[in-house]
Amino acid sequence: MTTTTIAAHSEQAVRPQVHKRKRPRSWRPLRRGIIIPALIIALWQTLSSTGSISETLYSSPWNIFNEYIDLTRTGELPHHLRISVVRAAFGFLLGGSLGLLTGLFVGMSKRFEEHVNPTVQMLRTVPLLAITPLFIMWFGFGELSKVLLISLGAFFPLYVNTFLGVRNVDRKLFEVARVLEFSQLRQLARLVLPASLPNVLLGIRLSLSTSWLCLVVAELLGAESGVGYMIQDARSFVQTDVVFVGITIFAIVGKLSDSIVRVLEQRLLRWQDSFKG
Amino acid sequence: MSAILSITDVSKTFHNETSSTHVLSRLNLTVNEGDFVTVIGPSGCGKSTLLKLIAGLDTDYTGAVNIEGKKVERPSQDKGFIFQEHRLFPWLNVEGNIAADLPLRKPEVRKRVDELIRLVKLEGFEKAYPRQLSGGMSQRVAIARALLRNPKVLLLDEPFGALDAFTRAHLQDALLDIWQTNRTTMVLVTHDIDEAVFLSNRVIVMDARPGRIKAVIPVDLPYPRRRTGTAFQDIRTHLLRSLEHHESEEPSYTI
Repeated sequence: MTTTTIAAHSEQAVRPQVHKRKRPRSWRPLRRGIIIPALIIALWQTLSSTGSISETLYSSPWNIFNEYIDLTRTGELPHHLRISVVRAAFGFLLGGSLGLLTGLFVGMSKRFEEHVNPTVQMLRTVPLLAITPLFIMWFGFGELSKVLLISLGAFFPLYVNTFLGVRNVDRKLFEVARVLEFSQLRQLARLVLPASLPNVLLGIRLSLSTSWLCLVVAELLGAESGVGYMIQDARSFVQTDVVFVGITIFAIVGKLSDSIVRVLEQRLLRWQDSFKG
Repeated sequence: MSAILSITDVSKTFHNETSSTHVLSRLNLTVNEGDFVTVIGPSGCGKSTLLKLIAGLDTDYTGAVNIEGKKVERPSQDKGFIFQEHRLFPWLNVEGNIAADLPLRKPEVRKRVDELIRLVKLEGFEKAYPRQLSGGMSQRVAIARALLRNPKVLLLDEPFGALDAFTRAHLQDALLDIWQTNRTTMVLVTHDIDEAVFLSNRVIVMDARPGRIKAVIPVDLPYPRRRTGTAFQDIRTHLLRSLEHHESEEPSYTI
């Protein structure tokens, strides 16, 4: 009698809790994440509406929003954005895949590491801005110099993190691979890659943001199109609204690409048994 | 029955900068097909090292280790190895871990994996990840992974050492079941006297510094064995005495 009551009671006690917790959970991070930006926007709008700050210099959220609509209607924004995204994507794919491959090789072979790693680490410390003039002299103002500059930036984060990931693979699992007679290729595909995936994905996220950063550098220094050019052009006419549109579109697309990788992370790393906060 | 594993005059020394340790000294041992042999001894007697030599994971020794008359040169699938820890791939689920590098899409692999999941009694856990499994379940997955490769010998390095007493007893039963069904030759290293008597038909007692075989004790009890039976206790006592003989020479505070 007592046991059944307890059992029934605990069943009821547990079930609704599970339901209550699960639903809002997917939205909660979004709700929490939006608080700070919303506060900033509200404050900004109030300050410029009341005339406490100059609208020409600081613009206002409402003006920026209207500018978004105008620029989209004229097709200017989609045009520049498309060009920028294509540049960043090419640069990221080229530099990122090279970084991933080199990181894998260097991680797998001590000899390869001793040959290659010192040079890469040396190059990594050179500020990208210092190399930019060289790239422009060698490859001109065209697309090539921009894509190469972006790929150079995207190379290092993926390289460093892949290298680290491979070196973090549990040595004991390599022994298992030997006992199970994995071929070299299988060992790479079935052991090294999945085991270093957490680091590789982190590298991808960092590489993506670096690509975005390098894109701006490339476009500010000389371009006839792209979001960076749009910002540069608007600056010379003191069109603060347009400058803000450029800045915010960078932030939005940057966050979007990061979110895609994070979703990927959640899917691919479901097996991980780590602290989730 | 024919000899499947023969160890002849095997010696091994570990070297480091300052000293060298004689780990194994002139070991001789023959294991017949279908045998269940346990190796027992104090820590540091080289019993795990011996198992690594048989597996081909360590080839730096003198003497000969032969399986079916062929010298062991490298690890291979006909020498299944169960480590102390389960060593499953954390990113693969149970069936993925058993298949490891073999494609589950292939009907014959699929069929064998399903059979083994039944054999190690993990039905319903095919899709579970290692982090969701208990220690005993994980070790059963590891055993299934080794068995899928149809090993000629299954080498087990203190496989149940990290488990609690109940789980251990349960897994010992499971292992005997597997042995009786598959007739796979087993070589199991342990420091648990009861485990040795309960499982094997021959117990190899080893001595430390340098590691050598001190006694070979046959266990002629019928399976399933009762741990509380008189015959079981007699052999247990016999085994304990042969181990004590060594310990009396040691200062009493060493463990």
